[in-house]
Amino acid sequence: MRLIAAILAKRLAMAIVTLFGVAVVVFLLLRVAPGDPVAMMIGAGASAADIADLRARYGLDQPLLVQFGIWLAGVVRGDFGVSISLHRDVLELLSERLPATLELATAACLVAVGLGGSIAVAGTLARGGKTEALVDGVNGLMLAVPDFVWALAFVLLLGVLWPVLPLSGRMDPSVGVPFVSRFYLIEGLLRGRFAIAGDIAAHMVMPVLALALPLAAVIVRILKEALSEAMMQDYVLIARVKGFSERRLVIGEALRNAVGPTLALTGVQFTFLIGGTVIVERIFAYPGIGSMAIDAVINRDLPLIQGLVLVFGALFILVNLAVDLGAVALNPRLRYG
Amino acid sequence: MFTPTRRDTLALGAGALIASLIGPRGAAQAAAIGDTLTIAFNVNLPAFDPTVGPSAVNPTIQAIYRSVFDQFVGQKPNLAFEPGLLTAWGWSDDKKKVWMDVREGVTWHDGSPFTPEDVVWSLERAADPKTGNPITFVWSELSNFKIDGKRVTADAKQYDPVLFKWMAFLTGYVMPKAYYTKVGAEGFEKKPIGTGPYMVDEYQGNAFLRLKANPKYWGGKPAFGTVVFKFVTDATSRVAEIESGSSDLTLEIPYEEFDRLKKKKGLTGVATPITDIGMIFINSNDANTLTKDVRLAASLAIDKTAIVKRLLRGYGVPIATLEAPEYDAFDPSIKVDYDPKKAAALIKAAGYSPEKPLKTKIQTTRGFKPKDYEMIQAIVGMWRKIGLDAEIEVYEVAKHFQLRTSHKLAPFAFYNWGNAIGDPTTSTGFAMFGPSPHSSWKSKDVDAMIGPLWTETDEKKRIAGWKAVSKYVAEQGDVIGLLQYAQPVVYKSELKVIPNISGALQPTLVSKKA
Repeated sequence: MRLIAAILAKRLAMAIVTLFGVAVVVFLLLRVAPGDPVAMMIGAGASAADIADLRARYGLDQPLLVQFGIWLAGVVRGDFGVSISLHRDVLELLSERLPATLELATAACLVAVGLGGSIAVAGTLARGGKTEALVDGVNGLMLAVPDFVWALAFVLLLGVLWPVLPLSGRMDPSVGVPFVSRFYLIEGLLRGRFAIAGDIAAHMVMPVLALALPLAAVIVRILKEALSEAMMQDYVLIARVKGFSERRLVIGEALRNAVGPTLALTGVQFTFLIGGTVIVERIFAYPGIGSMAIDAVINRDLPLIQGLVLVFGALFILVNLAVDLGAVALNPRLRYG
Repeated sequence: MFTPTRRDTLALGAGALIASLIGPRGAAQAAAIGDTLTIAFNVNLPAFDPTVGPSAVNPTIQAIYRSVFDQFVGQKPNLAFEPGLLTAWGWSDDKKKVWMDVREGVTWHDGSPFTPEDVVWSLERAADPKTGNPITFVWSELSNFKIDGKRVTADAKQYDPVLFKWMAFLTGYVMPKAYYTKVGAEGFEKKPIGTGPYMVDEYQGNAFLRLKANPKYWGGKPAFGTVVFKFVTDATSRVAEIESGSSDLTLEIPYEEFDRLKKKKGLTGVATPITDIGMIFINSNDANTLTKDVRLAASLAIDKTAIVKRLLRGYGVPIATLEAPEYDAFDPSIKVDYDPKKAAALIKAAGYSPEKPLKTKIQTTRGFKPKDYEMIQAIVGMWRKIGLDAEIEVYEVAKHFQLRTSHKLAPFAFYNWGNAIGDPTTSTGFAMFGPSPHSSWKSKDVDAMIGPLWTETDEKKRIAGWKAVSKYVAEQGDVIGLLQYAQPVVYKSELKVIPNISGALQPTLVSKKA
């Protein structure tokens, strides 16, 4: 427990430094990168004075260091500024949209773990045979096709040719939003509003599958490799001599030891999954931070982009911290050195 | 009596969940249109305030703004102006004052009465640079407002023949003074109200906007009780939306898909030329290299008809100037026809040939407008044949605007130019007048021609003046007008759609067939 507390304290201190670094880099890059938010909105007949007025309105007339200082001081106070394109408080916008993305990414991660784990076990059980070749072939396909291509394939298959699933949005527009939190699916289930939860889940199926399949393929590859190694270990051989069935050997003995590195990798991949939502959310018009990020970049909405990057950075750090703590909690060798 | 146990409840819940997951969604949604119109819209609505920020100058979003709010002056789908919240307007005889008659009997969506104070406050607010209105240069022309009954008068800094046209254009919306002052900018974004035909019922950014008909609308009850804008920014997804029956109408899809979908049973479509043109800016910083001969050669070497026919499947209108046929100063007698022989002769006179080409650069967007990159590839191919070797640089929209306003575009730069009010000031004027931050060709001769036209009081003389500017610019090759875009709209056959030449596909232009 003391070790976990020490790790937590050290990592949190590092997290603050890392986030500060992210803030500096993002702030500077956005100012250096081509594209000026004011240039994009000035009217055709604007004079130099009109342009200067608009720059002052958004604080872009200040020296770079002053702009950074104002923004950073605001962030420390929990004030991320006001979005140039959405005219709303950035933190409020992020807190509205983040739950949608977290529900989507978490569901995709769970599906990937379930699907990838099942395929890896099935492939290990059938090793050396045609079934394993089939598993490897399917896995190769899942790995080779990126998430946005899966997304477009699902749109065609399940949205047009066999239209059983909704194509866009987070819920049917005719449904009211009687929710307290922004975690609609979880809240719908907890409150027993199963019809609404079902509608929300239906809207998630295609984006979740598009995000999950490439991750599932990675899990299959890592877990299957780890299972193959574990099946060569002495304890598995002893269990085999004792007459354990092949299924019991794989699931009951080898899987327990092989799952550690896979879970660590899944944790890291989860953060990439959140990054992957940018394109997938756009294709399915899913209102998370991914789709908001695209609009923010197109409009050069500097306060919103800065807020989004900080949130992505914080998520990355938190997930990695959770993975590390989970590994320490699960693995006695890490706990006791 | 049946008393459900916890297990029964869970079982029923699971059943409902599964049923709603795999229900026959497509078939149901493809059913006949009821009182709800669902539009798969091509852009997201970033913000509701139609007078500030980048969305205020986005032409496509005006379709939504015009549904919720009313403009000072209305505009018909054929671009003609009509009474909006102003029923009459005009200039004093000495052209130093304006007068505006405000519509009576109008209410805001919250039931409060619309008054002349709302008009004055909206105009004063629009002129205030602190609000972030990008068109303050127009609105700040008026001051010293006075209200007398339903009539509002104001002093004008100078005569502006386009002032009232701007009242039907970008940021020309009337906002609720009392309500906005009470709730503030953020409060307004959360619950906006207007006087328009539809009221905001539910909004989920990047997902959908649900509108309800305004039963008290002064212009009559809208055709649909509910309108849903789904924000489907991906073109493939919009095609899927209409093809699956999930949406009743969509727009701005690839022309190939438009041709395919409009032939499908239950669907139809229309592609109308709109007030949006494709053009190539020429940078006057490179005037030493891009001499008149070179510029004209570049212009005459482009086979615009072939580009429209082959790349855009015929959906587009080749243009010679920056004035499209529907604009006030369109002059069909100005021609810049494809003439590769003359182009080759001109470039040869400038000292270049296919063997010894002039190296230059052209910037373009890729995927921002239909076939933009492919179009520029084709043009570069045509140029190469006469001795103009252009390297293509792809840029983002944001970079284009930054370079344009800082007068640093490449020698040639492709972009589009919208002009929903069809006036020459807002096309040729701002694109070619040197002091404008949006012009790339800045020259004293053109400025001298344009200068007096900004305040010309004789309308016939003014339009004739702009036609002369267009002719001169075409003869000098100072800019290359390419084509007028057509907006593809696909919808269910049960609907009747009146295309809007301004490109703003308002729900009020859609109805059910009788």
